[in-house]
Amino acid sequence: MNINQVDATMPFGNTHNQLKMNYTAEQEYPDLSKHNNHMAKVLTLEMYANLRDKQTPSGFTLDDVIQTGVDNPGHPFIMTVGCVAGDEETYEVFKDLLDPVIEDRHGGYKPTDKHKTDLNPDNLQGGDDLDPNYVLSSRVRTGRSIRGFCLPPHCSRGERRGIEGLSVEALGALDGDLKGKYYALKDMTEEEQQQLIDDHFLFDKPVSPLLLASGMARDWPDARGIWHNDNKTFLVWVNEEDHLRVISMQKGGNMKEVFTRFCTGLTKIEELFKEKGHEFMWNEHLGYVLTCPSNLGTGLRGGVHVKLPNLSKHEKFGEILKRLRLQKRGTGGVDTAAVGGVFDISNADRLGFSEVELVQMVVDGVKLLVDMEKCLEAGQSIDDLMPEQK
Amino acid sequence: MASSFAKVMSSRTTGLLMASLGAGAVATGYLMSDNAAISADQRRKLYPPSADYPDLRKHNNCMASALTPAIYAKLRDKVTPNNWTLDQCIQTGVDNPGHPFIKTVGMVAGDEESYEVFAEIFDPVIKDRHNGYDPRTMKHPTDLDASKIHSAMFDENYVLSSRVRTGRSIRGLSLPPACSRSERREVERVTVQALAGLKGDLAGRYYSLTEMTEQEQQRLIDDHFLFDKPVSPLLTCAFMARDWPDARGIWHNNEKTFLIWINEEDHTRVISMEKGGNMKRVFERFCRGLKQVERLIQERGWEFMWNERLGYVLTCPSNLGTGLRAGVHVRLPKLSKDPRFNKILDNLRLQKRGTGGVDTAAVGDIFDISNLDRLGKSEVELVQIVVDGVNYLIECEKRLEKGQDIKIPAPIQQFRK
Repeated sequence: MNINQVDATMPFGNTHNQLKMNYTAEQEYPDLSKHNNHMAKVLTLEMYANLRDKQTPSGFTLDDVIQTGVDNPGHPFIMTVGCVAGDEETYEVFKDLLDPVIEDRHGGYKPTDKHKTDLNPDNLQGGDDLDPNYVLSSRVRTGRSIRGFCLPPHCSRGERRGIEGLSVEALGALDGDLKGKYYALKDMTEEEQQQLIDDHFLFDKPVSPLLLASGMARDWPDARGIWHNDNKTFLVWVNEEDHLRVISMQKGGNMKEVFTRFCTGLTKIEELFKEKGHEFMWNEHLGYVLTCPSNLGTGLRGGVHVKLPNLSKHEKFGEILKRLRLQKRGTGGVDTAAVGGVFDISNADRLGFSEVELVQMVVDGVKLLVDMEKCLEAGQSIDDLMPEQK
Repeated sequence: MASSFAKVMSSRTTGLLMASLGAGAVATGYLMSDNAAISADQRRKLYPPSADYPDLRKHNNCMASALTPAIYAKLRDKVTPNNWTLDQCIQTGVDNPGHPFIKTVGMVAGDEESYEVFAEIFDPVIKDRHNGYDPRTMKHPTDLDASKIHSAMFDENYVLSSRVRTGRSIRGLSLPPACSRSERREVERVTVQALAGLKGDLAGRYYSLTEMTEQEQQRLIDDHFLFDKPVSPLLTCAFMARDWPDARGIWHNNEKTFLIWINEEDHTRVISMEKGGNMKRVFERFCRGLKQVERLIQERGWEFMWNERLGYVLTCPSNLGTGLRAGVHVRLPKLSKDPRFNKILDNLRLQKRGTGGVDTAAVGDIFDISNLDRLGKSEVELVQIVVDGVNYLIECEKRLEKGQDIKIPAPIQQFRK
């Protein structure tokens, strides 16, 4: 496979790469002196020089990979990834850059490590009895990419429409409690739109510069849409930040039920794709391949909205979460603040642990957090309940 | 040593992929080989132009009005010598459907050659935007002789400030949507070097956005010189904000009357301005400064992008020709409330903006009044149009003050029939 083939270009792409070879690596190397993201930590001038003349078969180049990280220096406290994949091959062609980024982001995951996939909900212990007085809702999400297509930063309109067509066809074959309907963003009526907003299902055109700078919002809202089952407990986003984002959710604390539906739905969707000769991007080392390196492996974020007004003010709250391998967010999702003592608590990891293992951590961890909250409410100390580092 | 990914694109997968996308048996057979790195040729068969043609049904911009499926099909697979494509030119117009009342252009050039390689779409867009100017048959006049301007000292009871701006592109380097970091840095280097050669009332200093101190930044903000990272999706969707703030900066003379923006929306934006109504002096300094900068870059073997058809070549087709916007901040409390105000402006070939520039609202009856046109008339002609127009508006204002009536002037002749 000649990965340096110049004429292997998509209609949209950083086709300027050959032109840049007229300049030295030093002249092209980005100024990363004020940057704080994973890409900037790893990309030395030497690495840039070695990788800059390469491209994937579809024409994705190093500069395409890193543009979002160059344009978004990052936050002094939050470490963003700063690079994206344009196709499955990106992770191979640019492994010199992405392997250390992955290692840094995913707790020391090595290029030789293998990732295990486990979507058998029977392997989850408990999880059906989180106290609904505290746990308001439970949710599990992941992403899937369709092998053979470029990813959102790089895909052409034709590819994106192809992905939509295939996905809608597959989802259309779901039945039972998974039976549902697709709403294309560009064809939606005003009523449908309002309903989806009220249900908190509708996703908007990305506004985050992290996403915009990578080219993911091109041609919005062409070939983007939302599918959900009639029960409104299983939801699929088509062509937002990944080809597919799959979400299982419901009010209350029965994470077991949420996870079971999640696994059943995903497995069914995968079967339907295979019947039509398509498969998901997956390999032994990286697990499920997605656009952002932070979502490799399981791509899974399993979490709850939980009331922790006392615990969240405790000085050890951050430490407890860290030991439980959990992270907190506001109830608007990533980049939002908590409102009324209600937090979004989810697994911090994605790669190197299976789906079952991650959801188990959430279930066990949230159970403990709720116990701690009850202790603090009763005026008791939580020192005895402090967990070990997982 | 086939990588694991070569195995990934197995013949069966490729075959089924192609079949599901409607590709013919011949194309499918052709691609079912083990070494399945899909070339551009193969992709053309997989995704014909019709698969990629954008959905423009809700769009209202010049590009959407002109881009038929036939034109798209013809141009999709072409590239400029720098490998810039049609899709890259039109991305901003696809991503920004436009406003029901304001018609944006909806496409940009990535390099000088874009206007030629994609002439079939650029020409109708230019015609639409520039009142029927036909680049295939017409020539654009350039005239930077400021001595030809007359009556350009405005009544300073009404005109608070005067300003003329244009843009210039350095031939041989890609434009802001397309340029690589090294090209952008080259634009900066060439321009800053030339500006260092300016003397007398034009002598000045460069402030790079990456190296500016906090004090310098505050001072430039207070002077209203500092430009920010673009937030308008019209610009960000055209890839102009990449690598910000690398190789961006502001140069201005010591007297703060001549200002150059480097690598914002164009390679350079050149601005001459001062408080008060002496548009003659503003334009004279504008022309003198531009000519000197041109001479200085020519001494080092560079030149500006310019040709007879399009005049000065800039990123946005709306700025072709002169790239010139000459205007004033003027108080028109009575006239602006008169229902005939807009018609008067129309006939005078003027436009109004708020005093924050494009996309802002007027504050306290003070308007930014400038020329509408850019291409097909020379710099001298356009500035004279502004001068005559602003003088007329002030006359109207004075008449209304005295309780006298005003007249809508006859429209200025255009070349569109």
